[in-house]
Amino acid sequence: MRFDVERIRADFPILQRKMNGKPLAYLDSAATSQKPLAVIEAISDYYSTYNANIHRGIYELSEKATEKYAESKEKVAKLINAGGVENIIYTRNATEALNLAALTYASHKVRKGDRILITEMEHHSNLVPWQLLAKKQKAVLEYIRVDKRTGLLDGTSLNESLEREPAIVSLTQASNVLGTINDVKSITRMAHGHGATVIVDGAQSAPRMRVDVKDIGCDFLAFSGHKMLGPTGIGVMYAKRDILEETEPLLGGGDMILKVTLKAHMWNELPWKFEAGTPNIEGGIVLGTAIDYLNGIGLGAIDSYESELTRYALARLSELKNVETFGPGLKDAKNRAGLVAFSINGIHAHDIAQVFNDNGIAIRAGHHCAMPLVREVLGKDSLARMSFYVYNTKDEIDRAVDAIEKVKKIFRVE
Amino acid sequence: MDYAGELISNYEHPHNRGRMSKADSSFHEFNPLCGDDLTIYIRIRDGRIEDVKFDGSGCAISIAAASMLTDEVKGKPISKVEAIGFEELKGIIGIDPGPVRLKCATISLKALKKAVFLYEHKKPDGATENL
Ligand SMILES: Cc1ncc(COP(=O)(O)O)c(C=O)c1O
Repeated sequence: MRFDVERIRADFPILQRKMNGKPLAYLDSAATSQKPLAVIEAISDYYSTYNANIHRGIYELSEKATEKYAESKEKVAKLINAGGVENIIYTRNATEALNLAALTYASHKVRKGDRILITEMEHHSNLVPWQLLAKKQKAVLEYIRVDKRTGLLDGTSLNESLEREPAIVSLTQASNVLGTINDVKSITRMAHGHGATVIVDGAQSAPRMRVDVKDIGCDFLAFSGHKMLGPTGIGVMYAKRDILEETEPLLGGGDMILKVTLKAHMWNELPWKFEAGTPNIEGGIVLGTAIDYLNGIGLGAIDSYESELTRYALARLSELKNVETFGPGLKDAKNRAGLVAFSINGIHAHDIAQVFNDNGIAIRAGHHCAMPLVREVLGKDSLARMSFYVYNTKDEIDRAVDAIEKVKKIFRVE
Repeated sequence: MDYAGELISNYEHPHNRGRMSKADSSFHEFNPLCGDDLTIYIRIRDGRIEDVKFDGSGCAISIAAASMLTDEVKGKPISKVEAIGFEELKGIIGIDPGPVRLKCATISLKALKKAVFLYEHKKPDGATENL
Protein backbone atom coordinates (compact mmCIF):
# COMPACT_ATOMS: atom_id res chain seq x y z
CA MET A 1 0.00 0.00 0.00
CA ARG A 2 1.27 3.43 -0.91
CA PHE A 3 1.84 5.79 2.00
CA ASP A 4 -0.68 8.55 1.29
CA VAL A 5 0.93 11.49 2.99
CA GLU A 6 -1.44 14.04 1.44
CA ARG A 7 -4.40 12.26 2.99
CA ILE A 8 -2.67 12.19 6.33
CA ARG A 9 -1.77 15.86 6.09
CA ALA A 10 -5.42 16.73 5.56
CA ASP A 11 -6.13 15.33 9.03
CA PHE A 12 -3.83 17.84 10.72
CA PRO A 13 -5.47 21.28 10.90
CA ILE A 14 -2.29 23.07 12.01
CA LEU A 15 -0.56 22.18 8.76
CA GLN A 16 -2.89 24.59 6.98
CA ARG A 17 -1.37 27.56 8.74
CA LYS A 18 1.54 29.72 7.78
CA MET A 19 4.55 30.75 9.78
CA ASN A 20 6.15 34.06 8.89
CA GLY A 21 4.04 34.14 5.74
CA LYS A 22 5.30 30.77 4.46
CA PRO A 23 3.47 27.45 4.59
CA LEU A 24 4.41 25.78 7.87
CA ALA A 25 6.99 23.02 7.52
CA TYR A 26 6.96 21.38 10.94
CA LEU A 27 10.23 19.49 11.35
CA ASP A 28 10.25 19.23 15.13
CA SER A 29 8.11 16.19 15.87
CA ALA A 30 10.80 14.59 18.00
CA ALA A 31 10.07 17.40 20.47
CA THR A 32 6.30 17.05 20.19
CA SER A 33 4.07 15.86 17.39
CA GLN A 34 1.17 17.73 15.87
CA LYS A 35 -2.33 16.39 16.50
CA PRO A 36 -4.87 15.00 14.04
CA LEU A 37 -8.42 16.30 14.07
CA ALA A 38 -9.62 13.02 15.60
CA VAL A 39 -7.51 13.72 18.68
CA ILE A 40 -8.54 17.36 18.93
CA GLU A 41 -12.20 16.39 18.62
CA ALA A 42 -11.90 13.58 21.16
CA ILE A 43 -10.75 16.10 23.78
CA SER A 44 -13.69 18.33 23.11
CA ASP A 45 -16.06 15.34 22.97
CA TYR A 46 -14.98 14.27 26.44
CA TYR A 47 -15.55 17.68 27.94
CA SER A 48 -18.76 18.37 26.05
CA THR A 49 -20.48 15.03 26.48
CA TYR A 50 -19.21 12.84 29.33
CA ASN A 51 -16.88 14.75 31.64
CA ALA A 52 -17.00 13.12 35.08
CA ASN A 53 -14.55 11.74 37.58
CA ILE A 54 -13.68 8.09 37.11
CA HIS A 55 -13.93 5.08 39.38
CA ARG A 56 -16.47 6.60 41.75
CA GLY A 57 -19.61 7.93 40.17
CA ILE A 58 -22.60 5.65 40.03
CA TYR A 59 -24.06 7.37 37.04
CA GLU A 60 -23.87 7.13 33.28
CA LEU A 61 -21.33 9.89 32.64
CA SER A 62 -18.85 8.56 35.14
CA GLU A 63 -19.32 5.02 33.91
CA LYS A 64 -18.56 6.08 30.37
CA ALA A 65 -15.46 8.06 31.40
CA THR A 66 -14.22 5.15 33.50
CA GLU A 67 -14.79 2.73 30.67
CA LYS A 68 -13.04 4.92 28.07
CA TYR A 69 -10.09 5.47 30.39
CA ALA A 70 -9.70 1.73 30.96
CA GLU A 71 -10.21 1.06 27.26
CA SER A 72 -7.31 3.36 26.40
CA LYS A 73 -5.07 1.36 28.71
CA GLU A 74 -6.06 -1.75 26.81
CA LYS A 75 -5.02 -0.03 23.61
CA VAL A 76 -1.67 0.93 25.11
CA ALA A 77 -1.16 -2.61 26.39
CA LYS A 78 -1.90 -4.02 22.95
CA LEU A 79 0.32 -1.44 21.23
CA ILE A 80 3.40 -2.53 23.16
CA ASN A 81 2.29 -6.17 23.58
CA ALA A 82 2.09 -5.95 27.37
CA GLY A 83 0.29 -8.68 29.29
CA GLY A 84 -2.63 -6.42 30.13
CA VAL A 85 -3.81 -3.14 31.61
CA GLU A 86 -2.29 -4.10 34.95
CA ASN A 87 1.13 -3.36 33.43
CA ILE A 88 0.21 0.12 32.25
CA ILE A 89 0.69 3.04 34.65
CA TYR A 90 -0.24 6.46 33.39
CA THR A 91 2.14 9.30 34.20
CA ARG A 92 2.50 12.84 32.92
CA ASN A 93 5.19 11.96 30.41
CA ALA A 94 8.23 9.77 29.79
CA THR A 95 10.22 11.84 32.25
CA GLU A 96 7.81 11.10 35.06
CA ALA A 97 7.74 7.41 34.12
CA LEU A 98 11.54 7.19 34.30
CA ASN A 99 11.62 9.07 37.58
CA LEU A 100 8.89 6.84 38.96
CA ALA A 101 10.91 3.73 38.10
CA ALA A 102 13.97 5.29 39.75
CA LEU A 103 12.11 6.44 42.86
CA THR A 104 10.18 3.24 43.49
CA TYR A 105 11.59 -0.10 42.37
CA ALA A 106 15.14 1.06 41.64
CA SER A 107 15.58 2.95 44.88
CA HIS A 108 14.83 -0.26 46.78
CA LYS A 109 17.03 -2.43 44.63
CA VAL A 110 20.06 -0.15 44.42
CA ARG A 111 22.26 -0.32 47.53
CA LYS A 112 25.39 1.46 48.57
CA GLY A 113 28.23 0.75 46.16
CA ASP A 114 25.95 -0.79 43.50
CA ARG A 115 26.31 0.28 39.92
CA ILE A 116 23.73 1.95 37.74
CA LEU A 117 24.50 1.77 34.03
CA ILE A 118 23.18 4.21 31.43
CA THR A 119 24.62 5.49 28.13
CA GLU A 120 26.25 8.70 27.04
CA MET A 121 23.41 9.32 24.59
CA GLU A 122 20.64 9.65 27.18
CA HIS A 123 18.18 12.50 27.30
CA HIS A 124 18.40 14.38 30.61
CA SER A 125 15.21 12.63 31.68
CA ASN A 126 17.00 9.28 31.68
CA LEU A 127 20.14 10.71 33.19
CA VAL A 128 19.35 13.13 35.99
CA PRO A 129 17.04 10.69 37.86
CA TRP A 130 19.96 8.24 37.98
CA GLN A 131 22.42 10.89 39.11
CA LEU A 132 19.98 11.70 41.90
CA LEU A 133 19.50 8.06 42.86
CA ALA A 134 23.23 7.35 42.75
CA LYS A 135 23.81 10.25 45.08
CA LYS A 136 21.03 9.24 47.44
CA GLN A 137 22.07 5.58 47.65
CA LYS A 138 25.82 6.22 47.35
CA ALA A 139 25.79 4.10 44.23
CA VAL A 140 28.06 4.44 41.21
CA LEU A 141 26.70 5.79 37.95
CA GLU A 142 28.47 4.48 34.84
CA TYR A 143 28.02 5.27 31.17
CA ILE A 144 28.25 3.06 28.13
CA ARG A 145 30.37 5.09 25.73
CA VAL A 146 29.13 6.32 22.37
CA ASP A 147 31.36 5.99 19.33
CA LYS A 148 31.36 9.54 18.03
CA ARG A 149 32.23 8.40 14.51
CA THR A 150 29.42 5.88 14.01
CA GLY A 151 26.88 7.21 16.48
CA LEU A 152 26.55 3.70 17.92
CA LEU A 153 27.14 2.39 21.43
CA ASP A 154 30.67 1.17 21.88
CA GLY A 155 30.51 -2.64 22.11
CA THR A 156 33.61 -2.98 24.25
CA SER A 157 32.39 -0.38 26.69
CA LEU A 158 29.01 -2.13 26.83
CA ASN A 159 30.55 -5.52 27.57
CA GLU A 160 32.99 -4.19 30.13
CA SER A 161 30.31 -2.26 31.98
CA LEU A 162 28.01 -5.28 32.11
CA GLU A 163 30.85 -7.39 33.51
CA ARG A 164 30.78 -5.09 36.53
CA GLU A 165 27.25 -6.38 37.25
CA PRO A 166 25.15 -3.23 37.43
CA ALA A 167 21.92 -3.40 39.42
CA ILE A 168 20.11 -1.26 36.86
CA VAL A 169 20.64 -0.76 33.14
CA SER A 170 18.60 2.11 31.73
CA LEU A 171 18.92 3.17 28.11
CA THR A 172 17.10 4.77 25.26
CA GLN A 173 15.79 2.72 22.38
CA ALA A 174 16.21 5.64 19.98
CA SER A 175 18.44 8.67 20.50
CA ASN A 176 16.77 12.05 20.09
CA VAL A 177 20.04 13.56 18.85
CA LEU A 178 21.87 10.88 16.89
CA GLY A 179 18.80 8.98 15.73
CA THR A 180 20.60 5.78 16.67
CA ILE A 181 18.31 2.85 17.35
CA ASN A 182 19.89 0.68 20.00
CA ASP A 183 19.45 -3.07 19.96
CA VAL A 184 17.61 -3.06 23.28
CA LYS A 185 16.60 -6.68 22.84
CA SER A 186 20.16 -8.05 22.87
CA ILE A 187 21.26 -5.58 25.50
CA THR A 188 18.36 -6.64 27.73
CA ARG A 189 19.26 -10.29 27.30
CA MET A 190 22.90 -9.61 28.15
CA ALA A 191 22.00 -7.36 31.11
CA HIS A 192 19.61 -9.93 32.52
CA GLY A 193 22.42 -12.44 32.30
CA HIS A 194 24.30 -10.21 34.71
CA GLY A 195 21.35 -9.81 37.06
CA ALA A 196 20.41 -6.26 36.06
CA THR A 197 16.94 -4.77 35.85
CA VAL A 198 16.44 -3.19 32.43
CA ILE A 199 14.62 0.06 31.82
CA VAL A 200 14.02 1.26 28.28
CA ASP A 201 13.29 4.87 27.34
CA GLY A 202 10.86 4.55 24.44
CA ALA A 203 10.09 8.27 24.09
CA GLN A 204 11.47 8.38 20.54
CA SER A 205 10.80 4.79 19.48
CA ALA A 206 7.18 4.22 20.55
CA PRO A 207 5.85 6.88 18.15
CA ARG A 208 7.56 5.47 15.10
CA MET A 209 8.15 1.74 15.31
CA ARG A 210 6.72 -1.44 16.71
CA VAL A 211 7.88 -1.68 20.33
CA ASP A 212 7.15 -5.11 21.75
CA VAL A 213 7.97 -5.41 25.45
CA LYS A 214 7.71 -9.20 25.41
CA ASP A 215 10.08 -9.47 22.51
CA ILE A 216 12.53 -6.97 24.02
CA GLY A 217 12.15 -8.55 27.45
CA CYS A 218 12.73 -5.27 29.30
CA ASP A 219 11.46 -4.79 32.85
CA PHE A 220 10.28 -1.20 32.35
CA LEU A 221 9.39 0.94 29.34
CA ALA A 222 8.68 4.68 29.41
CA PHE A 223 7.12 6.91 26.75
CA SER A 224 5.11 10.10 26.22
CA GLY A 225 1.73 10.51 24.55
CA HIS A 226 2.47 13.95 23.14
CA LYS A 227 5.20 12.67 20.83
CA MET A 228 2.80 10.17 19.26
CA LEU A 229 -0.13 12.36 18.23
CA GLY A 230 -1.66 12.43 21.72
CA PRO A 231 -2.15 15.37 24.07
CA THR A 232 0.47 16.65 26.50
CA GLY A 233 0.31 15.58 30.11
CA ILE A 234 -0.09 11.86 29.51
CA GLY A 235 2.71 9.32 29.50
CA VAL A 236 3.20 5.66 30.21
CA MET A 237 5.27 3.55 32.52
CA TYR A 238 5.08 -0.12 31.60
CA ALA A 239 6.55 -2.64 34.04
CA LYS A 240 6.44 -6.37 34.48
CA ARG A 241 3.70 -7.61 36.75
CA ASP A 242 5.87 -9.24 39.43
CA ILE A 243 7.88 -6.07 39.71
CA LEU A 244 4.82 -3.88 40.10
CA GLU A 245 3.38 -6.25 42.66
CA GLU A 246 6.43 -6.15 44.89
CA THR A 247 6.97 -2.41 44.49
CA GLU A 248 5.62 0.17 46.91
CA PRO A 249 3.87 3.09 45.28
CA LEU A 250 5.39 6.55 45.46
CA LEU A 251 2.27 8.59 46.09
CA GLY A 252 -0.58 7.87 48.43
CA GLY A 253 -4.10 9.20 48.16
CA GLY A 254 -7.45 8.53 46.61
CA ASP A 255 -7.92 5.85 43.99
CA MET A 256 -4.77 3.95 44.88
CA ILE A 257 -6.18 2.18 47.92
CA LEU A 258 -8.82 -0.46 48.43
CA LYS A 259 -9.34 0.11 52.10
CA VAL A 260 -8.09 2.58 54.67
CA THR A 261 -8.48 2.46 58.41
CA LEU A 262 -7.10 4.91 60.92
CA LYS A 263 -4.07 2.67 61.32
CA ALA A 264 -3.44 1.14 57.92
CA HIS A 265 -4.39 0.83 54.28
CA MET A 266 -4.59 -1.81 51.61
CA TRP A 267 -3.39 -0.97 48.16
CA ASN A 268 -5.66 -1.07 45.23
CA GLU A 269 -5.00 -3.65 42.55
CA LEU A 270 -2.74 -2.99 39.59
CA PRO A 271 -2.36 -0.66 37.82
CA TRP A 272 -4.37 1.72 40.00
CA LYS A 273 -2.06 1.35 42.97
CA PHE A 274 0.38 3.70 41.22
CA GLU A 275 -2.13 6.36 40.21
CA ALA A 276 -3.02 8.37 43.29
CA GLY A 277 -5.62 11.09 42.95
CA THR A 278 -7.73 12.11 39.99
CA PRO A 279 -5.64 11.38 36.94
CA ASN A 280 -5.42 13.16 33.60
CA ILE A 281 -8.69 11.61 32.44
CA GLU A 282 -8.93 13.47 29.17
CA GLY A 283 -5.29 12.73 28.35
CA GLY A 284 -5.66 9.06 29.12
CA ILE A 285 -8.77 8.68 27.03
CA VAL A 286 -7.43 10.63 24.10
CA LEU A 287 -4.13 8.76 24.07
CA GLY A 288 -6.35 5.86 23.04
CA THR A 289 -7.66 7.91 20.13
CA ALA A 290 -4.11 8.73 19.07
CA ILE A 291 -3.20 5.05 19.14
CA ASP A 292 -6.23 4.24 16.99
CA TYR A 293 -5.01 6.80 14.49
CA LEU A 294 -1.47 5.38 14.48
CA ASN A 295 -2.81 1.86 14.04
CA GLY A 296 -4.93 3.11 11.14
CA ILE A 297 -1.71 3.98 9.32
CA GLY A 298 0.25 1.07 10.77
CA LEU A 299 3.48 1.36 12.72
CA GLY A 300 5.31 -0.71 10.14
CA ALA A 301 4.29 1.77 7.44
CA ILE A 302 5.27 4.72 9.63
CA ASP A 303 8.66 3.16 10.27
CA SER A 304 9.44 2.64 6.61
CA TYR A 305 8.12 6.05 5.55
CA GLU A 306 10.26 7.79 8.17
CA SER A 307 13.20 5.76 7.10
CA GLU A 308 12.65 6.89 3.52
CA LEU A 309 12.51 10.55 4.59
CA THR A 310 15.61 10.17 6.76
CA ARG A 311 17.56 8.58 3.94
CA TYR A 312 16.47 11.35 1.62
CA ALA A 313 17.50 14.02 4.12
CA LEU A 314 20.89 12.41 4.78
CA ALA A 315 21.52 12.14 1.04
CA ARG A 316 20.55 15.76 0.38
CA LEU A 317 22.60 17.08 3.30
CA SER A 318 25.62 15.08 2.19
CA GLU A 319 25.61 17.09 -1.07
CA LEU A 320 26.20 20.29 0.88
CA LYS A 321 29.63 21.65 1.62
CA ASN A 322 30.42 22.60 5.22
CA VAL A 323 27.39 20.78 6.59
CA GLU A 324 28.08 18.05 9.09
CA THR A 325 25.50 15.47 10.17
CA PHE A 326 25.59 13.38 13.32
CA GLY A 327 24.64 9.81 14.07
CA PRO A 328 24.65 6.72 11.88
CA GLY A 329 25.34 7.48 8.23
CA LEU A 330 23.38 6.74 5.09
CA LYS A 331 24.36 3.09 4.94
CA ASP A 332 22.96 2.50 8.44
CA ALA A 333 19.85 4.59 7.82
CA LYS A 334 17.59 1.59 8.22
CA ASN A 335 18.43 1.56 11.91
CA ARG A 336 17.83 5.20 12.48
CA ALA A 337 14.90 7.10 13.88
CA GLY A 338 13.44 9.86 11.72
CA LEU A 339 15.65 12.73 12.66
CA VAL A 340 18.88 14.34 11.52
CA ALA A 341 21.03 16.60 13.69
CA PHE A 342 23.42 18.83 11.80
CA SER A 343 25.73 21.80 12.05
CA ILE A 344 26.99 24.32 9.53
CA ASN A 345 30.60 25.32 9.85
CA GLY A 346 30.45 26.44 13.46
CA ILE A 347 27.41 28.69 13.05
CA HIS A 348 25.43 28.65 16.26
CA ALA A 349 22.35 26.43 15.94
CA HIS A 350 20.08 29.21 17.17
CA ASP A 351 21.13 31.34 14.23
CA ILE A 352 20.33 28.43 11.92
CA ALA A 353 16.91 27.89 13.49
CA GLN A 354 16.19 31.60 13.23
CA VAL A 355 16.73 31.61 9.48
CA PHE A 356 14.61 28.45 9.16
CA ASN A 357 11.86 30.19 11.14
CA ASP A 358 11.99 33.15 8.80
CA ASN A 359 11.31 30.64 6.02
CA GLY A 360 8.39 28.96 7.74
CA ILE A 361 10.35 25.92 8.91
CA ALA A 362 10.28 24.79 12.53
CA ILE A 363 13.41 22.95 13.67
CA ARG A 364 15.07 22.43 17.03
CA ALA A 365 18.33 24.03 18.08
CA GLY A 366 20.48 23.65 21.14
CA HIS A 367 21.67 20.77 23.25
CA HIS A 368 18.39 18.83 22.90
CA CYS A 369 18.32 18.01 26.62
CA ALA A 370 21.32 15.78 26.06
CA MET A 371 24.10 18.10 27.19
CA PRO A 372 26.64 15.38 28.04
CA LEU A 373 26.25 13.89 24.55
CA VAL A 374 26.33 17.17 22.65
CA ARG A 375 29.04 18.91 24.63
CA GLU A 376 31.24 16.18 26.03
CA VAL A 377 30.95 13.43 23.42
CA LEU A 378 30.36 15.36 20.20
CA GLY A 379 32.21 18.44 21.43
CA LYS A 380 29.65 20.97 20.16
CA ASP A 381 27.93 23.91 21.85
CA SER A 382 24.73 23.34 20.00
CA LEU A 383 23.23 21.39 17.12
CA ALA A 384 20.32 21.99 14.78
CA ARG A 385 17.93 19.08 14.30
CA MET A 386 15.16 18.31 11.88
CA SER A 387 12.83 15.47 12.76
CA PHE A 388 10.11 13.82 10.72
CA TYR A 389 6.76 12.23 11.27
CA VAL A 390 3.82 10.85 9.32
CA TYR A 391 2.86 14.22 7.85
CA ASN A 392 6.25 15.35 6.55
CA THR A 393 7.28 15.31 2.90
CA LYS A 394 10.41 15.29 0.78
CA ASP A 395 9.35 18.71 -0.43
CA GLU A 396 9.74 20.01 3.13
CA ILE A 397 13.22 18.52 3.28
CA ASP A 398 14.02 20.33 0.04
CA ARG A 399 12.85 23.55 1.67
CA ALA A 400 15.12 22.81 4.63
CA VAL A 401 18.04 22.36 2.25
CA ASP A 402 17.21 25.72 0.64
CA ALA A 403 17.12 27.28 4.10
CA ILE A 404 20.58 25.87 4.81
CA GLU A 405 21.79 27.55 1.62
CA LYS A 406 20.29 30.80 2.91
CA VAL A 407 22.07 30.43 6.24
CA LYS A 408 25.32 29.87 4.41
CA LYS A 409 24.74 32.92 2.28
CA ILE A 410 23.91 35.17 5.24
CA PHE A 411 26.93 33.94 7.17
CA ARG A 412 29.11 33.91 4.09
CA VAL A 413 30.00 30.25 4.35
CA GLU A 414 31.05 28.54 1.15
CA MET B 1 13.97 39.03 12.66
CA ASP B 2 16.37 40.05 9.99
CA TYR B 3 20.06 39.37 10.03
CA ALA B 4 20.94 42.91 8.99
CA GLY B 5 24.27 43.44 7.28
CA GLU B 6 25.76 45.35 10.18
CA LEU B 7 24.89 42.59 12.60
CA ILE B 8 26.57 39.98 10.43
CA SER B 9 29.71 42.04 9.91
CA ASN B 10 29.98 42.68 13.64
CA TYR B 11 29.64 38.95 14.16
CA GLU B 12 32.29 38.12 11.59
CA HIS B 13 34.69 40.80 12.70
CA PRO B 14 33.76 41.70 16.26
CA HIS B 15 35.25 44.83 17.76
CA ASN B 16 36.84 44.88 21.22
CA ARG B 17 37.14 41.13 21.42
CA GLY B 18 39.77 39.63 23.67
CA ARG B 19 40.87 39.57 27.27
CA MET B 20 42.09 42.56 29.24
CA SER B 21 45.05 41.94 31.51
CA LYS B 22 44.60 44.72 34.06
CA ALA B 23 40.88 45.25 34.17
CA ASP B 24 39.32 47.26 36.97
CA SER B 25 36.37 44.95 36.88
CA SER B 26 35.01 42.04 34.89
CA PHE B 27 31.93 39.87 34.85
CA HIS B 28 31.16 36.47 33.33
CA GLU B 29 27.67 35.51 32.15
CA PHE B 30 26.60 32.12 30.87
CA ASN B 31 23.29 31.10 29.36
CA PRO B 32 23.03 27.33 29.77
CA LEU B 33 20.02 27.16 27.47
CA CYS B 34 21.86 28.21 24.37
CA GLY B 35 25.48 28.06 25.48
CA ASP B 36 26.24 31.78 25.08
CA ASP B 37 29.23 32.40 27.28
CA LEU B 38 30.64 35.94 27.62
CA THR B 39 32.97 37.85 29.89
CA ILE B 40 33.17 41.63 29.86
CA TYR B 41 36.26 43.49 31.06
CA ILE B 42 36.32 47.21 31.84
CA ARG B 43 38.93 49.77 32.70
CA ILE B 44 37.65 52.91 34.36
CA ARG B 45 39.22 56.34 34.61
CA ASP B 46 37.62 59.45 36.13
CA GLY B 47 34.26 57.75 36.27
CA ARG B 48 34.30 56.86 32.59
CA ILE B 49 34.77 53.63 30.69
CA GLU B 50 38.26 54.10 29.39
CA ASP B 51 38.43 50.70 27.73
CA VAL B 52 36.17 47.71 27.40
CA LYS B 53 36.64 44.23 25.96
CA PHE B 54 34.64 41.06 25.73
CA ASP B 55 35.63 37.45 25.39
CA GLY B 56 33.78 34.20 24.94
CA SER B 57 31.58 32.38 22.48
CA GLY B 58 27.99 32.48 21.36
CA CYS B 59 25.54 32.92 18.55
CA ALA B 60 25.69 35.70 15.97
CA ILE B 61 23.32 37.91 17.91
CA SER B 62 25.21 37.66 21.20
CA ILE B 63 28.59 38.31 19.58
CA ALA B 64 27.38 41.15 17.35
CA ALA B 65 25.53 42.78 20.25
CA ALA B 66 28.67 42.60 22.42
CA SER B 67 30.69 44.15 19.61
CA MET B 68 28.29 47.05 19.06
CA LEU B 69 27.62 47.62 22.75
CA THR B 70 31.30 47.81 23.66
CA ASP B 71 31.86 50.31 20.83
CA GLU B 72 28.98 52.38 22.13
CA VAL B 73 30.01 52.63 25.77
CA LYS B 74 33.66 53.39 25.31
CA GLY B 75 34.32 56.84 26.86
CA LYS B 76 30.87 57.03 28.46
CA PRO B 77 30.44 57.84 32.16
CA ILE B 78 29.62 54.75 34.17
CA SER B 79 26.47 56.39 35.50
CA LYS B 80 25.21 56.36 31.88
CA VAL B 81 26.10 52.71 31.47
CA GLU B 82 24.23 51.81 34.63
CA ALA B 83 21.11 53.27 33.10
CA ILE B 84 21.15 51.48 29.73
CA GLY B 85 17.99 49.45 29.36
CA PHE B 86 16.59 47.13 26.76
CA GLU B 87 15.02 49.87 24.65
CA GLU B 88 18.33 51.67 24.34
CA LEU B 89 20.10 48.39 23.55
CA LYS B 90 17.72 47.77 20.65
CA GLY B 91 18.77 51.13 19.24
CA ILE B 92 22.45 50.28 19.66
CA ILE B 93 22.24 46.91 17.90
CA GLY B 94 19.71 48.06 15.32
CA ILE B 95 17.33 45.11 15.59
CA ASP B 96 14.54 43.86 17.77
CA PRO B 97 15.64 40.35 18.71
CA GLY B 98 12.11 39.21 19.60
CA PRO B 99 11.29 37.20 22.69
CA VAL B 100 13.13 33.99 21.75
CA ARG B 101 16.49 35.64 21.13
CA LEU B 102 16.17 38.26 23.84
CA LYS B 103 18.73 36.64 26.13
CA CYS B 104 21.24 36.41 23.30
CA ALA B 105 20.97 40.14 22.68
CA THR B 106 21.14 41.15 26.32
CA ILE B 107 23.87 38.87 27.68
CA SER B 108 26.68 41.37 27.03
CA LEU B 109 24.74 44.28 28.50
CA LYS B 110 23.97 42.24 31.57
CA ALA B 111 27.64 41.34 32.05
CA LEU B 112 28.74 44.92 31.40
CA LYS B 113 26.35 46.42 33.92
CA LYS B 114 27.24 43.82 36.51
CA ALA B 115 30.93 44.61 36.00
CA VAL B 116 30.15 48.28 36.64
CA PHE B 117 28.09 47.52 39.74
CA LEU B 118 30.86 45.28 41.00
CA TYR B 119 33.36 48.08 40.54
CA GLU B 120 31.15 50.37 42.59
CA HIS B 121 30.58 47.71 45.27
CA LYS B 122 26.88 47.89 44.53
CA LYS B 123 24.41 45.11 44.05
CA PRO B 124 23.00 44.83 40.53
CA ASP B 125 19.56 46.42 40.39
CA GLY B 126 16.42 44.52 39.46
CA ALA B 127 16.36 45.89 35.93
CA THR B 128 19.80 44.42 35.30
CA GLU B 129 18.94 41.06 36.77
CA ASN B 130 15.84 40.91 34.61
CA LEU B 131 17.55 41.78 31.34
C1 LIG C 1 14.87 10.11 24.18
C2 LIG C 1 13.95 10.93 25.02
N1 LIG C 1 13.67 10.52 26.26
C3 LIG C 1 12.85 11.21 27.06
C4 LIG C 1 12.24 12.37 26.64
C5 LIG C 1 11.37 13.09 27.60
O1 LIG C 1 10.07 13.21 27.15
P1 LIG C 1 9.05 14.10 27.97
O2 LIG C 1 9.60 15.48 27.97
O3 LIG C 1 7.79 13.98 27.21
O4 LIG C 1 8.97 13.54 29.33
C6 LIG C 1 12.50 12.82 25.36
C7 LIG C 1 11.89 14.09 24.90
O5 LIG C 1 12.42 14.82 24.12
C8 LIG C 1 13.36 12.09 24.53
O6 LIG C 1 13.64 12.50 23.29
